[in-house]
Amino acid sequence: MQVKVKVFRFNPEIDKRPHYETYKLEAQPTDRVLDMLEYIKGYFDGTLSFRRSCAHGICGSDGMRINGRNHLACKALLKDLHSNHITVEPMLGLKVIKDLIVDMDQFFAHYKSVMPYFINDEPVPPQERLQSIEERERFDDTTKCILCACCTTSCPSFWASDQYLGPQAIVAAHRFIFDSRDKAAGERLKILNDQFGVYRCHTIYNCTECCPREIEITQAIGEIKAAIVTGRLR
Amino acid sequence: MKKHQFEVIVVGAGGAGLMAALYASKTANTAVISKLYPTRSHTGTAQGGVGAALGNEEEDHWEWHTFDSVKGSDYLGDQDAIEFMCYEAVQAVYELEHYGLPFSRTVEGKIAQRPFGGHTNNVTGNPVRRACYAADRTGHMILQTLYQQCLKNNVNFFDEFQVVDLLVVNGAAAGVVAIELGTSELHVFHAKSVILATGGHGRVWDITSNAYAYTGDGIAITMRHGIPMEDMEFFQFHPTGIYKLGILITEGVRGEGGVLINGKGERFMERYAPRVKDLASRDVISRAMYLEIKAGNGINGQNYLYLDVRPETVNKYAALDGRKRPDGTPYLMTGEEIIAKLPDIVDFARTYLGVDPVVQPMPVQPTAHYTMGGIPTNKFGEAVIDENNTVMPGLYAAGEVACVSVHGANRLGTNSLLDLIVFGKHSGLRAAEFARSADFQPLPADPTEFTRSQFDLIRNAQGNEKILEISSKMKTVMMDCVGMFRTGEGMQSALETMRELRERYKHIPLHDQGKIFNTEMINLWELGNLLEIAELTTVCALARTESRGAHARDDYPKRDDVNWLKHTLSWIKPDGSIELRYKPVVITKYQPKERVY
Repeated sequence: MQVKVKVFRFNPEIDKRPHYETYKLEAQPTDRVLDMLEYIKGYFDGTLSFRRSCAHGICGSDGMRINGRNHLACKALLKDLHSNHITVEPMLGLKVIKDLIVDMDQFFAHYKSVMPYFINDEPVPPQERLQSIEERERFDDTTKCILCACCTTSCPSFWASDQYLGPQAIVAAHRFIFDSRDKAAGERLKILNDQFGVYRCHTIYNCTECCPREIEITQAIGEIKAAIVTGRLR
Repeated sequence: MKKHQFEVIVVGAGGAGLMAALYASKTANTAVISKLYPTRSHTGTAQGGVGAALGNEEEDHWEWHTFDSVKGSDYLGDQDAIEFMCYEAVQAVYELEHYGLPFSRTVEGKIAQRPFGGHTNNVTGNPVRRACYAADRTGHMILQTLYQQCLKNNVNFFDEFQVVDLLVVNGAAAGVVAIELGTSELHVFHAKSVILATGGHGRVWDITSNAYAYTGDGIAITMRHGIPMEDMEFFQFHPTGIYKLGILITEGVRGEGGVLINGKGERFMERYAPRVKDLASRDVISRAMYLEIKAGNGINGQNYLYLDVRPETVNKYAALDGRKRPDGTPYLMTGEEIIAKLPDIVDFARTYLGVDPVVQPMPVQPTAHYTMGGIPTNKFGEAVIDENNTVMPGLYAAGEVACVSVHGANRLGTNSLLDLIVFGKHSGLRAAEFARSADFQPLPADPTEFTRSQFDLIRNAQGNEKILEISSKMKTVMMDCVGMFRTGEGMQSALETMRELRERYKHIPLHDQGKIFNTEMINLWELGNLLEIAELTTVCALARTESRGAHARDDYPKRDDVNWLKHTLSWIKPDGSIELRYKPVVITKYQPKERVY
């Protein structure tokens, strides 16, 4: 079928302001938006720039706005967009560097600020630390995060202030706070109990709706709010 | 141009690079340079598990793991290195757990393990549960956990820097040259030790499970300096890629009881591997699938087969096989258990195939998957650059870019993640130890000279060729002629095509002349690497007149231990010609014998 792909373009070395270019191409219903971008880059305009790597929804490189909603371009199939008019734009709330490439520094700085690593300074046992199936299940959902930034850049609170840690950083903290083996939940809760922490979440659910890993992000944030208030983790 | 100095430079931020960095940074000033943000690395896509004989689910021994790996390698793996890896595996997996890796758990709370292809109880010959897993996201968890630990330990990172040249001075590594992708500025990294952990080159083939980033950069920058590559003819095709897309469907699906079914509704692996059937080694299964499709037994005569993990199918064949749960009760799976154990597979099938694997079988075909060959190293990750295993001071390689060789002619499933953590660790330790005693080599007078001339050619190329047309031709010809089945005639014609394509490549004009994220320029450079590697692979494969592991020839269908129980070393000479020499395989306990599953 014929598809019209309208792409946000901005090259600061040439353009004074951003503009859109529309490309017409033949595509199959099962084609990914990433396939179309590759085709456009290969046959229409080699200067079109975007990040991508694994092309099947695991590496988290190609988060972008497709028909107004954040997706991974490699996980958005034409047939699932229910339209042959496709608009592709960079994620919102982060500075555009070129075309669909945004500056991720602030996003990663928030991620790194929540101590997103396992902490347990007790002597290690000779074999594995034991953890029950139920304890492991408790934080399973938030282990799935691939740092694509679809959640954080769909959040109106983040658009309002990029000082807000954003859903991704909270998800990253959740993964450790609720891990029975970890010993630094209190310190992380302290970081999140801040005016730019969890209370900036107004349960708008944009994050949950667009998460390509289907993480129940708003619920995870709610669990952290509850843990701060009650002081209980389970 | 900017200059940096570190004692140890790690190139690549996948599992091997991060593990190396964690260990090297304990005692040496270390930096990691990666063309991707570290968590985007291809390690994250590994699914089914990491092999280690923990014995959490049933009796197992690292010696059994060793034998299975030797047999899997079709006796081309070096047995001393394999013994080392399988012995180290147990502690390495515990160490990952101590770093916080969220493994799935047994009812006793231990690390859960599942069966995988070629993993056997060496006494009974039956499948054994050895793959330590975190659902079907084991690679993702390893990558995340190691990156997190690097953050905790304040490892230096240069993210989105493309390394484009290795600096060699006085026969030793002296550093690397990198392009900062955001600005196109050149950076020189002066180092005592350079660890290459850049991954594989599966983008040479058309149907591939490999990321766009898998373009063989580490091999390309190394071989230009007169350093040989080992066993480049051996490239693994994984049996179960999603039809047409190549996206990996883990062997763990078959570990959990899934079976391959042909167009006649037969579980055809019974005929090819009577004992372990769908859990034979990958090369064996991929070839069987190829033969089934060729014989017209594809689904509806098409070039795909079904991977069936519906509970009724799993339970039917588990009963026929007499498969039991660890407590001795019959093996029975429900749809919910399949979703819980293989959640990403279910997601991939729904997204890309529109198929719900709990109620429908998945269309699959073999997909290019893993580079067995690469930069020759010893078991400490030191690059060894001739048939006498002479160590090149300061140069290390680990992970898929390296050839220790623990995978020989065909890698055992789960041994890639194991390779990353064991040899990542030891290369990091060795590189830091070397840095303590060695001085910096002087930098060349003009360290970016070669890089500038190489990129000038790319920027100033004239002509009408198109990058996608050249890459597409390379991939289809390599798939057809230097893929799962090879013939002398087919490979000879592929070789001619690759040489033509390398000429045409010089006439691809660069449209993007900018400096900010010039992805077109980088993609073009990467394609140059792939074309060189495609040619090298073909030359090595043409020379090897036997069939072994992943290298299967219609014109030489038998393994030939008399003439070919040896590793290929290949050099690119300054005039572009390729020289082949050979070195012996290290054999300790296991004499080659016929390989039956």
